[in-house]
Amino acid sequence: MPPVKYGLFACPWSSEMKVVIMGCGRVGAELATILDREGQEVTILDIDPDAFGQLPADFKGNSVVGNGIDQDVLQRVGLADADAFVAVTPGDNRNVMASQVAKHIFDVPKVVCRIFDPIRQELYRGLGLETISPTKEVARLLKQALEREPAETPKGEG
Amino acid sequence: MYIIIVGGGKVGYYLAKQLVEDGNEVLVIEKEAAKCQKIADDLGDIVLRGDGCEGVTLEAAGTGRADLFIAVTGDDEDNLVACQVAKNKFSVRRTVALINNPKNEAIFKKLGIDTTVSSTALVLANIEQELPSHPLIPLLTIKGSGLEIVEAKVPQYSAIVGEHIGELLLPQQCLIVVVIDEEGVPRVPNSDTQVRAGDEVVAVCRCESEDALRAILTTPVKEKQ
Repeated sequence: MPPVKYGLFACPWSSEMKVVIMGCGRVGAELATILDREGQEVTILDIDPDAFGQLPADFKGNSVVGNGIDQDVLQRVGLADADAFVAVTPGDNRNVMASQVAKHIFDVPKVVCRIFDPIRQELYRGLGLETISPTKEVARLLKQALEREPAETPKGEG
Repeated sequence: MYIIIVGGGKVGYYLAKQLVEDGNEVLVIEKEAAKCQKIADDLGDIVLRGDGCEGVTLEAAGTGRADLFIAVTGDDEDNLVACQVAKNKFSVRRTVALINNPKNEAIFKKLGIDTTVSSTALVLANIEQELPSHPLIPLLTIKGSGLEIVEAKVPQYSAIVGEHIGELLLPQQCLIVVVIDEEGVPRVPNSDTQVRAGDEVVAVCRCESEDALRAILTTPVKEKQ
Protein backbone atom coordinates (compact mmCIF):
# COMPACT_ATOMS: atom_id res chain seq x y z
CA MET A 1 0.00 0.00 0.00
CA PRO A 2 1.52 3.35 -0.99
CA PRO A 3 2.10 5.83 1.82
CA VAL A 4 -0.65 8.38 2.31
CA LYS A 5 0.36 11.72 0.79
CA TYR A 6 -0.54 14.86 2.64
CA GLY A 7 -0.98 18.13 0.82
CA LEU A 8 2.36 19.80 1.50
CA PHE A 9 4.59 16.89 0.71
CA ALA A 10 2.62 15.59 -2.21
CA CYS A 11 3.69 18.45 -4.46
CA PRO A 12 7.23 19.78 -4.78
CA TRP A 13 9.19 16.90 -3.36
CA SER A 14 10.14 13.60 -4.84
CA SER A 15 8.75 10.50 -3.18
CA GLU A 16 11.31 10.45 -0.38
CA MET A 17 13.02 13.45 1.11
CA LYS A 18 15.65 13.75 3.72
CA VAL A 19 14.58 15.94 6.62
CA VAL A 20 16.67 16.97 9.61
CA ILE A 21 14.69 18.17 12.63
CA MET A 22 16.45 19.95 15.48
CA GLY A 23 14.65 19.64 18.81
CA CYS A 24 12.74 16.56 19.95
CA GLY A 25 10.08 18.23 22.07
CA ARG A 26 6.35 17.81 21.49
CA VAL A 27 6.38 19.55 18.13
CA GLY A 28 9.63 18.05 16.88
CA ALA A 29 8.63 14.52 17.86
CA GLU A 30 5.16 14.92 16.34
CA LEU A 31 6.55 16.25 13.05
CA ALA A 32 9.19 13.50 12.95
CA THR A 33 6.50 10.87 13.50
CA ILE A 34 4.25 12.23 10.74
CA LEU A 35 7.09 12.44 8.23
CA ASP A 36 8.43 9.01 9.18
CA ARG A 37 5.01 7.41 8.66
CA GLU A 38 4.84 9.08 5.26
CA GLY A 39 8.02 7.30 4.34
CA GLN A 40 10.44 10.25 4.49
CA GLU A 41 14.00 9.86 5.72
CA VAL A 42 13.98 11.63 9.08
CA THR A 43 16.88 12.52 11.36
CA ILE A 44 15.98 14.13 14.67
CA LEU A 45 18.51 15.90 16.88
CA ASP A 46 18.35 16.78 20.54
CA ILE A 47 20.91 17.60 23.20
CA ASP A 48 19.02 15.46 25.72
CA PRO A 49 19.00 11.69 25.03
CA ASP A 50 15.84 11.31 27.14
CA ALA A 51 13.94 13.52 24.70
CA PHE A 52 13.73 10.68 22.18
CA GLY A 53 11.38 8.87 24.56
CA GLN A 54 8.64 11.00 22.98
CA LEU A 55 9.05 9.17 19.66
CA PRO A 56 6.83 6.16 19.00
CA ALA A 57 8.32 2.67 19.29
CA ASP A 58 7.96 2.08 15.54
CA PHE A 59 9.92 5.24 14.57
CA LYS A 60 12.27 4.21 11.77
CA GLY A 61 14.28 7.44 11.47
CA ASN A 62 17.60 8.34 13.11
CA SER A 63 17.76 10.01 16.47
CA VAL A 64 21.06 11.71 17.21
CA VAL A 65 22.23 13.30 20.45
CA GLY A 66 23.97 16.56 19.64
CA ASN A 67 23.78 20.31 19.50
CA GLY A 68 22.35 21.58 16.23
CA ILE A 69 24.22 24.87 16.40
CA ASP A 70 27.51 22.97 16.17
CA GLN A 71 28.50 22.74 12.52
CA ASP A 72 30.36 19.48 13.14
CA VAL A 73 27.17 17.88 14.44
CA LEU A 74 25.20 19.12 11.44
CA GLN A 75 27.92 17.78 9.17
CA ARG A 76 27.76 14.41 10.90
CA VAL A 77 24.01 14.04 10.42
CA GLY A 78 24.50 14.70 6.71
CA LEU A 79 22.85 18.09 6.53
CA ALA A 80 24.79 18.87 3.35
CA ASP A 81 22.56 16.51 1.36
CA ALA A 82 19.34 17.06 3.27
CA ASP A 83 16.30 18.40 1.44
CA ALA A 84 14.92 20.21 4.45
CA PHE A 85 15.85 21.45 7.91
CA VAL A 86 13.42 22.36 10.67
CA ALA A 87 14.48 24.10 13.90
CA VAL A 88 12.05 23.60 16.79
CA THR A 89 14.07 23.77 20.01
CA PRO A 90 12.59 25.87 22.83
CA GLY A 91 15.28 28.54 22.23
CA ASP A 92 14.51 31.14 19.56
CA ASN A 93 18.15 32.08 19.19
CA ARG A 94 19.29 28.50 18.82
CA ASN A 95 16.66 27.99 16.13
CA VAL A 96 17.70 31.17 14.36
CA MET A 97 21.39 30.35 14.41
CA ALA A 98 21.00 26.71 13.33
CA SER A 99 18.63 27.74 10.53
CA GLN A 100 21.09 30.33 9.25
CA VAL A 101 23.90 27.76 9.34
CA ALA A 102 21.69 25.28 7.46
CA LYS A 103 20.72 27.86 4.87
CA HIS A 104 23.99 29.73 4.36
CA ILE A 105 26.68 27.15 5.13
CA PHE A 106 25.03 23.87 4.12
CA ASP A 107 22.79 25.33 1.36
CA VAL A 108 19.79 23.28 2.45
CA PRO A 109 17.01 24.08 -0.05
CA LYS A 110 14.18 24.26 2.48
CA VAL A 111 14.73 25.67 5.96
CA VAL A 112 11.91 26.41 8.40
CA CYS A 113 12.53 28.07 11.75
CA ARG A 114 10.21 28.40 14.73
CA ILE A 115 10.54 31.72 16.56
CA PHE A 116 8.27 32.39 19.54
CA ASP A 117 9.11 36.10 19.79
CA PRO A 118 7.01 37.89 17.11
CA ILE A 119 9.50 40.79 16.90
CA ARG A 120 12.41 38.51 16.14
CA GLN A 121 10.20 36.50 13.78
CA GLU A 122 9.46 39.61 11.71
CA LEU A 123 13.11 40.60 11.69
CA TYR A 124 14.36 37.23 10.47
CA ARG A 125 11.57 36.90 7.93
CA GLY A 126 12.84 40.21 6.59
CA LEU A 127 16.34 38.73 6.45
CA GLY A 128 15.10 35.86 4.28
CA LEU A 129 14.42 33.05 6.73
CA GLU A 130 11.19 31.09 6.49
CA THR A 131 9.79 31.50 9.97
CA ILE A 132 6.75 30.49 11.98
CA SER A 133 5.78 32.24 15.19
CA PRO A 134 3.51 29.97 17.27
CA THR A 135 2.74 32.95 19.46
CA LYS A 136 1.14 34.85 16.61
CA GLU A 137 -0.39 31.82 14.94
CA VAL A 138 -2.05 30.48 18.07
CA ALA A 139 -3.31 33.93 19.05
CA ARG A 140 -4.81 34.27 15.58
CA LEU A 141 -6.47 30.83 15.78
CA LEU A 142 -7.83 31.58 19.23
CA LYS A 143 -9.26 34.86 18.03
CA GLN A 144 -10.88 33.11 15.05
CA ALA A 145 -12.38 30.51 17.37
CA LEU A 146 -13.77 33.24 19.60
CA GLU A 147 -15.36 35.00 16.65
CA ARG A 148 -17.05 31.88 15.35
CA GLU A 149 -20.71 31.40 16.12
CA PRO A 150 -21.14 29.06 19.09
CA ALA A 151 -23.56 26.99 16.94
CA GLU A 152 -20.64 25.91 14.74
CA THR A 153 -18.93 24.07 17.55
CA PRO A 154 -19.73 20.37 17.64
CA LYS A 155 -22.49 19.48 20.02
CA GLY A 156 -22.47 16.60 22.42
CA GLU A 157 -26.12 15.70 21.95
CA GLY A 158 -28.29 16.77 19.03
CA MET B 1 31.44 56.73 22.70
CA TYR B 2 28.20 55.08 23.76
CA ILE B 3 28.88 51.36 24.12
CA ILE B 4 26.28 48.67 24.85
CA ILE B 5 27.49 45.38 26.31
CA VAL B 6 25.14 42.39 26.31
CA GLY B 7 26.07 39.91 29.03
CA GLY B 8 27.16 40.84 32.54
CA GLY B 9 29.26 37.77 33.29
CA LYS B 10 32.99 37.96 33.95
CA VAL B 11 33.89 39.16 30.46
CA GLY B 12 31.10 41.73 30.41
CA TYR B 13 31.92 42.96 33.90
CA TYR B 14 35.62 43.61 33.31
CA LEU B 15 35.00 44.94 29.83
CA ALA B 16 32.49 47.45 31.23
CA LYS B 17 34.88 48.41 34.02
CA GLN B 18 37.71 49.12 31.60
CA LEU B 19 35.55 50.97 29.11
CA VAL B 20 34.08 53.17 31.86
CA GLU B 21 37.59 53.95 33.11
CA ASP B 22 38.51 54.92 29.56
CA GLY B 23 35.78 57.56 29.71
CA ASN B 24 33.07 55.91 27.64
CA GLU B 25 29.35 55.89 28.28
CA VAL B 26 28.60 52.22 28.93
CA LEU B 27 25.41 50.23 29.42
CA VAL B 28 25.43 46.56 30.37
CA ILE B 29 22.32 44.47 29.58
CA GLU B 30 22.02 41.41 31.80
CA LYS B 31 19.17 38.97 32.55
CA GLU B 32 20.14 37.82 36.03
CA ALA B 33 19.24 40.06 38.96
CA ALA B 34 22.26 39.07 41.05
CA LYS B 35 24.74 39.96 38.31
CA CYS B 36 22.93 43.26 37.69
CA GLN B 37 23.18 44.10 41.39
CA LYS B 38 26.91 43.37 41.48
CA ILE B 39 27.57 45.59 38.48
CA ALA B 40 25.41 48.38 39.92
CA ASP B 41 27.20 48.14 43.30
CA ASP B 42 30.69 48.14 41.81
CA LEU B 43 30.44 50.20 38.66
CA GLY B 44 27.42 52.43 39.23
CA ASP B 45 24.14 52.90 37.48
CA ILE B 46 25.19 51.44 34.14
CA VAL B 47 23.11 48.29 34.03
CA LEU B 48 19.77 47.39 32.50
CA ARG B 49 18.08 44.16 33.47
CA GLY B 50 16.61 42.37 30.48
CA ASP B 51 17.18 40.15 27.47
CA GLY B 52 19.66 41.74 25.07
CA CYS B 53 18.08 39.89 22.15
CA GLU B 54 14.64 41.45 22.70
CA GLY B 55 13.70 44.43 20.61
CA VAL B 56 11.93 46.05 23.57
CA THR B 57 15.00 45.88 25.80
CA LEU B 58 17.27 47.21 23.09
CA GLU B 59 14.81 50.04 22.46
CA ALA B 60 14.90 50.98 26.16
CA ALA B 61 18.69 50.84 26.05
CA GLY B 62 18.77 53.47 23.32
CA THR B 63 20.48 51.08 20.94
CA GLY B 64 19.75 53.39 18.03
CA ARG B 65 22.40 55.85 19.23
CA ALA B 66 25.03 53.27 20.21
CA ASP B 67 28.43 53.64 18.56
CA LEU B 68 29.44 50.13 19.44
CA PHE B 69 27.46 47.03 20.38
CA ILE B 70 29.29 44.15 22.04
CA ALA B 71 27.70 40.77 22.85
CA VAL B 72 29.67 38.68 25.34
CA THR B 73 27.25 36.14 26.81
CA GLY B 74 28.37 32.55 27.18
CA ASP B 75 26.18 31.37 24.31
CA ASP B 76 27.19 31.90 20.70
CA GLU B 77 23.59 31.86 19.48
CA ASP B 78 22.60 34.66 21.87
CA ASN B 79 25.59 36.77 20.83
CA LEU B 80 24.75 36.25 17.17
CA VAL B 81 21.10 37.18 17.53
CA ALA B 82 21.78 40.19 19.79
CA CYS B 83 24.22 41.60 17.20
CA GLN B 84 21.88 40.86 14.30
CA VAL B 85 18.95 42.58 16.03
CA ALA B 86 21.17 45.59 16.89
CA LYS B 87 22.43 45.82 13.36
CA ASN B 88 19.26 45.18 11.39
CA LYS B 89 16.64 46.74 13.63
CA PHE B 90 18.62 49.57 15.18
CA SER B 91 21.23 50.19 12.46
CA VAL B 92 24.17 50.04 14.89
CA ARG B 93 27.22 50.48 12.73
CA ARG B 94 29.71 48.38 14.61
CA THR B 95 28.91 45.07 16.29
CA VAL B 96 31.31 42.76 18.08
CA ALA B 97 30.46 39.21 19.15
CA LEU B 98 32.28 36.85 21.43
CA ILE B 99 32.29 33.31 20.08
CA ASN B 100 33.07 30.14 21.96
CA ASN B 101 33.18 27.66 19.09
CA PRO B 102 35.92 28.90 16.72
CA LYS B 103 34.08 27.26 13.83
CA ASN B 104 31.30 29.82 14.19
CA GLU B 105 33.59 32.60 13.05
CA ALA B 106 32.79 32.03 9.38
CA ILE B 107 29.03 32.05 9.84
CA PHE B 108 29.12 35.18 12.01
CA LYS B 109 31.14 36.98 9.31
CA LYS B 110 28.77 35.81 6.63
CA LEU B 111 25.79 37.05 8.62
CA GLY B 112 27.15 40.56 8.97
CA ILE B 113 28.77 40.67 12.40
CA ASP B 114 31.66 43.12 12.00
CA THR B 115 34.10 41.66 14.46
CA THR B 116 34.26 38.33 16.22
CA VAL B 117 36.51 37.43 19.11
CA SER B 118 36.98 33.74 19.62
CA SER B 119 38.04 33.09 23.19
CA THR B 120 38.86 29.46 22.41
CA ALA B 121 40.98 30.40 19.41
CA LEU B 122 42.85 33.01 21.47
CA VAL B 123 43.67 30.53 24.21
CA LEU B 124 44.72 27.97 21.61
CA ALA B 125 46.99 30.44 19.87
CA ASN B 126 48.63 31.32 23.17
CA ILE B 127 49.17 27.68 24.03
CA GLU B 128 50.71 27.10 20.63
CA GLN B 129 53.08 30.03 21.14
CA GLU B 130 54.15 28.57 24.47
CA LEU B 131 54.84 25.11 23.12
CA PRO B 132 58.51 24.91 22.08
CA SER B 133 57.94 21.79 20.01
CA HIS B 134 55.41 23.42 17.74
CA PRO B 135 57.40 24.07 14.59
CA LEU B 136 55.25 26.79 13.02
CA ILE B 137 53.35 29.37 15.05
CA PRO B 138 50.62 31.44 13.45
CA LEU B 139 51.12 34.97 14.80
CA LEU B 140 48.48 36.86 12.87
CA THR B 141 45.98 36.29 10.12
CA ILE B 142 45.58 39.28 7.85
CA LYS B 143 41.81 39.55 7.57
CA GLY B 144 40.28 38.84 4.20
CA SER B 145 43.60 38.43 2.41
CA GLY B 146 44.22 34.72 2.89
CA LEU B 147 47.65 35.66 4.21
CA GLU B 148 49.11 35.03 7.61
CA ILE B 149 52.25 35.85 9.50
CA VAL B 150 53.95 32.82 11.00
CA GLU B 151 57.00 32.22 13.10
CA ALA B 152 59.21 29.16 13.21
CA LYS B 153 62.44 28.13 14.82
CA VAL B 154 64.96 26.51 12.50
CA PRO B 155 65.93 23.26 14.22
CA GLN B 156 69.55 22.04 14.49
CA TYR B 157 68.83 19.15 12.16
CA SER B 158 67.18 21.25 9.43
CA ALA B 159 68.48 20.77 5.90
CA ILE B 160 68.43 24.52 5.28
CA VAL B 161 71.02 25.32 7.96
CA GLY B 162 73.87 27.07 6.18
CA GLU B 163 71.86 27.91 3.08
CA HIS B 164 71.26 31.45 1.88
CA ILE B 165 67.71 32.83 2.05
CA GLY B 166 67.80 33.44 -1.70
CA GLU B 167 68.42 29.74 -2.34
CA LEU B 168 65.36 28.52 -0.48
CA LEU B 169 62.53 27.23 -2.63
CA LEU B 170 59.75 28.98 -0.76
CA PRO B 171 56.07 28.50 -1.67
CA GLN B 172 54.35 31.08 -3.91
CA GLN B 173 53.66 34.44 -2.22
CA CYS B 174 55.79 33.54 0.76
CA LEU B 175 58.37 35.97 2.09
CA ILE B 176 60.74 35.72 5.01
CA VAL B 177 60.59 39.17 6.56
CA VAL B 178 62.63 38.92 9.75
CA VAL B 179 65.28 36.53 11.04
CA ILE B 180 66.00 36.62 14.77
CA ASP B 181 69.21 34.89 15.79
CA GLU B 182 69.79 32.93 19.00
CA GLU B 183 71.00 36.08 20.78
CA GLY B 184 67.65 37.66 20.03
CA VAL B 185 68.99 40.12 17.43
CA PRO B 186 66.49 40.68 14.61
CA ARG B 187 67.64 41.27 11.06
CA VAL B 188 65.71 41.97 7.89
CA PRO B 189 67.30 39.40 5.61
CA ASN B 190 68.41 39.75 2.01
CA SER B 191 69.01 36.89 -0.40
CA ASP B 192 72.58 36.46 0.92
CA THR B 193 71.60 36.05 4.56
CA GLN B 194 72.66 32.65 5.80
CA VAL B 195 70.23 30.53 7.80
CA ARG B 196 71.64 29.36 11.13
CA ALA B 197 70.40 26.68 13.47
CA GLY B 198 68.21 28.19 16.17
CA ASP B 199 67.16 31.18 14.07
CA GLU B 200 63.60 32.35 14.57
CA VAL B 201 62.14 33.03 11.16
CA VAL B 202 59.13 35.30 10.71
CA ALA B 203 57.41 34.90 7.35
CA VAL B 204 54.33 36.07 5.51
CA CYS B 205 52.66 33.26 3.59
CA ARG B 206 49.35 32.13 2.19
CA CYS B 207 47.34 30.22 4.79
CA GLU B 208 47.19 27.14 2.57
CA SER B 209 50.96 27.02 2.02
CA GLU B 210 51.68 26.90 5.75
CA ASP B 211 52.45 23.18 5.59
CA ALA B 212 54.80 23.60 2.62
CA LEU B 213 56.70 26.33 4.45
CA ARG B 214 56.89 24.21 7.58
CA ALA B 215 58.35 21.34 5.54
CA ILE B 216 61.03 23.57 4.00
CA LEU B 217 62.11 24.96 7.37
CA THR B 218 62.09 21.75 9.36
CA THR B 219 62.90 18.83 7.06
CA PRO B 220 65.97 17.04 8.46
CA VAL B 221 69.15 16.77 6.35
CA LYS B 222 68.93 13.06 5.71
CA GLU B 223 65.33 13.16 4.50
CA LYS B 224 66.10 15.74 1.83
CA GLN B 225 65.90 14.45 -1.77
